[in-house]
Amino acid sequence: MTETKPNEMTGTPAAEDALLSIRDLHVEFKTYGGSIRAVRGVDLDVAAGECIAVVGESGCGKSVTAKSILQLLPSHNSEVTGGQIIFDNVDLLQYNDREMQKLRGNKISMIFQDPMTSLNPTMTVGRQIAEVLIKHQHLSREEARKKTIEYLAMVGIANPEKRYKEYPDRLSGGMRQRVMIAIAMCCNPRLLLADEPTTALDVTIQAQILDLMRGLQQQFNTAIILITHDLGVVANMARRVLVFYAGKVVEEGMADDIFYRPRHPYTWGLIKSMPRLNSEKKEDLVSIEGTPPDLFAPPKGCAFAARCDHAIQLCLEKDPPMFNIEGRHCAACWLAMENMPDALRPAWMKAEKVNVEDFD
Amino acid sequence: MPKYILKRCIIAVFTLLVLITIIFFLVRLLPGDPFNDPKVTDEVRARLEAYYGMDKPLIQQYFAYLGNLLKGDFGVSLIYTGRSVNSTIAQTFPYSADLGLRALGLALVVGLILGTLAAQKAGRVIDYVCVLVAIIGVSMPDFIIGALLKLIFAIKLRVLPAGLWNGFSYTILPVVALSFYTLALITRLMRSSMLEVIHQDYILTAKAKGLSNFQVIWRHQIRNSILPIVTVMGPLVAAVLTGTFVIESMYAIPGMGKFYVESVHDLDYTMVLGMTAFYGIFLVSANLVVDILYGIVDPRIKLAESKQKADDGEEG
Repeated sequence: MTETKPNEMTGTPAAEDALLSIRDLHVEFKTYGGSIRAVRGVDLDVAAGECIAVVGESGCGKSVTAKSILQLLPSHNSEVTGGQIIFDNVDLLQYNDREMQKLRGNKISMIFQDPMTSLNPTMTVGRQIAEVLIKHQHLSREEARKKTIEYLAMVGIANPEKRYKEYPDRLSGGMRQRVMIAIAMCCNPRLLLADEPTTALDVTIQAQILDLMRGLQQQFNTAIILITHDLGVVANMARRVLVFYAGKVVEEGMADDIFYRPRHPYTWGLIKSMPRLNSEKKEDLVSIEGTPPDLFAPPKGCAFAARCDHAIQLCLEKDPPMFNIEGRHCAACWLAMENMPDALRPAWMKAEKVNVEDFD
Repeated sequence: MPKYILKRCIIAVFTLLVLITIIFFLVRLLPGDPFNDPKVTDEVRARLEAYYGMDKPLIQQYFAYLGNLLKGDFGVSLIYTGRSVNSTIAQTFPYSADLGLRALGLALVVGLILGTLAAQKAGRVIDYVCVLVAIIGVSMPDFIIGALLKLIFAIKLRVLPAGLWNGFSYTILPVVALSFYTLALITRLMRSSMLEVIHQDYILTAKAKGLSNFQVIWRHQIRNSILPIVTVMGPLVAAVLTGTFVIESMYAIPGMGKFYVESVHDLDYTMVLGMTAFYGIFLVSANLVVDILYGIVDPRIKLAESKQKADDGEEG
C-alpha cells in the first residue's frame, strides 16, 4: 500500500483497547494443483466484550480466519504465511502447541456450525463439558461434575442432572448447540469464536440460541466474533460488521453503516439478496451474478470487479485499499475514494439511508 | 438389556443344538467306524457296540447323547479305553487357551498401537512400515510364518526353543506366529477406522477445548474408532482358535488341536462330537460377549430396547 490518498487507511496500528487484533493475515492451503490463497491480508479488531460479525459467502475465508486464531487449521496442508494475531498484547502465531492448548477452550473458545456432529457420540455430554473444567481449572472430577450441572442449567437445559449422564444422540440439535455453548463458555473465555452457530438449526431455535449467546455475552463480558452468512443473524447480534470477500475484508463498519449506508457493491449485493417478506411482486430470489474468483491465482485488481456492475478500468488494474468513509466505516472500493467523481457512483452509494425497495 | 441378553442366550443354545445334531449325523455318515480293525472279530465288535450303546437305533443314541450332554457329560473315547472326553478336554484345553489368549492379547495390543500410529502419521514413513507389516501378515498363512520363525530363531540363530510348552521362552514363537494374521487385520482396520474419525467435527471440538494431542487421541479418537475392531472380534477369536491346530502341531504343543485332528482321523465319534460341541460353546459365547460389548462401547447402539428420542427438547 504505497498510495496515500486522503481517506486511505494504511496499516492501522492495533487499537489500544483491542482484545484481539489481526493484522495482514495471510493463510494458504497447499494442494497438488498449487496454493490456494484463502486469506489474503485480513485486518480485524475486537474490543473486550464487543460482538462483531463476519459475513460473506462460502469460501471467502471467514472460517479459515477464525480457525487460524486458535491454530486449528490442519497442519499438513495449510500454513499462515504472514501477519500477526495479537491477543492480549501477545502474538499468538509465536505460540507453540503447548501454549496454544492452555489458551484454547480457556481464554478463547469456539463453537462450530453443526451441533449434530460436533459432539463426541461415545461420551456423555456431561463429561464432555467436565473435561474442559478439569483441564483448565484443575477441578476434581466431583467439582467438575457439580459445575457442569450448573452450566447445563445456565444454558437452558432442563433436568441437567439427568442430561449430564446422557449421550449426545438423545439430544435435539438445539440442545446439542446449547451443550456446545456450555463447553465454550464454562471457563469464562474472553473471546468466543462462533462459526455459523445457527446455520444448522431451524429458525425458531436459531432465535433461542442467539438469545442465549447474547445473555451470556453480557453476563461474562465475553467478546464474540460471529461468523455467518445470514444477515438476519447479524442484525440481531452484532454492533460492528466486517464483510469478507475472496479472503479479504471489503467493508467494515457499524451494523447501521453496513445495512443502511453500504459503500461496497458486494455488500449491496448481499443486502439486495436478502429475501423480504413484504415484497408484493412475485419474483425470484435475487442473487449476485457470477462466481468468486479463483484463489489459486487471484486477480490483479479488485477481486469483485468481474461481478461488479459499476466496475471501472481502475478496478481491473489495481486492488483498492481500504478507504475511510466516516468513523470506523470503511470500504475497499475505488468508488468509495473521496476524490472519485460522483457521477461514477451508483445512486445507492450516495444515499444517506438506502431502502432496498427503492432500487429494484 | 437383560431381555436382550436372554434372547441371545436362547438363540445361542439353539445354534449349539443344530451344530451338535449336524455333527452327530455327519460323523456317522463317514465310511468306516471306530472298530474298523482287521484284528477285531465280529463277536468282539458286537460286544463293543453293545458296551458303547451303539447297537441301539441311531435316533435313540442321539437322544441319549443329548441327555448326557445336559448333565455335562461328553461321553468316553471309543479309541482310548478308560479316557473320557471331559478329562481329555480338561487336560488339553488349558494349553490351547493359553496359546490362543496370549496370541489374541498380543494381536490386540500391537495391532491397536500400530493402527493408531499409522493413522496419526498417515502418509509418513511410520505409516508405510505399519501398512507393510499388515500386508505381510494378511497375505502369509500362519504355517508359513510359523515355519519361517522356527527356521530363523530356533534353527539358525538358536535363541528360542523350537517346540514344546515349558515356560515363557517356549511361548514366544508360537504366539507370534499365531497372532500375526490377527495383528495385521487389526492394524489395517484400526488405521482406516481412525483415519475416518480424525476428520470428524468432534475431534476439532476436542482440540478447540485445549486438550493435548494425547488426550484427543486417547479419549476421543480411540473409542470412536475401535468399534469395527469389536465387530470382528468374534470371527477373530475363531481364527485364532482354529489357527491353534496348525501351530500346536508345528510346535508340538500338547493342546486340544492335536486331539481334535486325531479323533477325526480315528473316527472317534464321541471325541469329535465332544470337542466340536466344546469349540461351539466357546465360539458362540465369544460372539455373545462381543455383541454385549458393542452396546457398551457405542451407546448409540441401544440393545433391542426402543430408543426414546429426547422429547423435552426446545420444541416442547
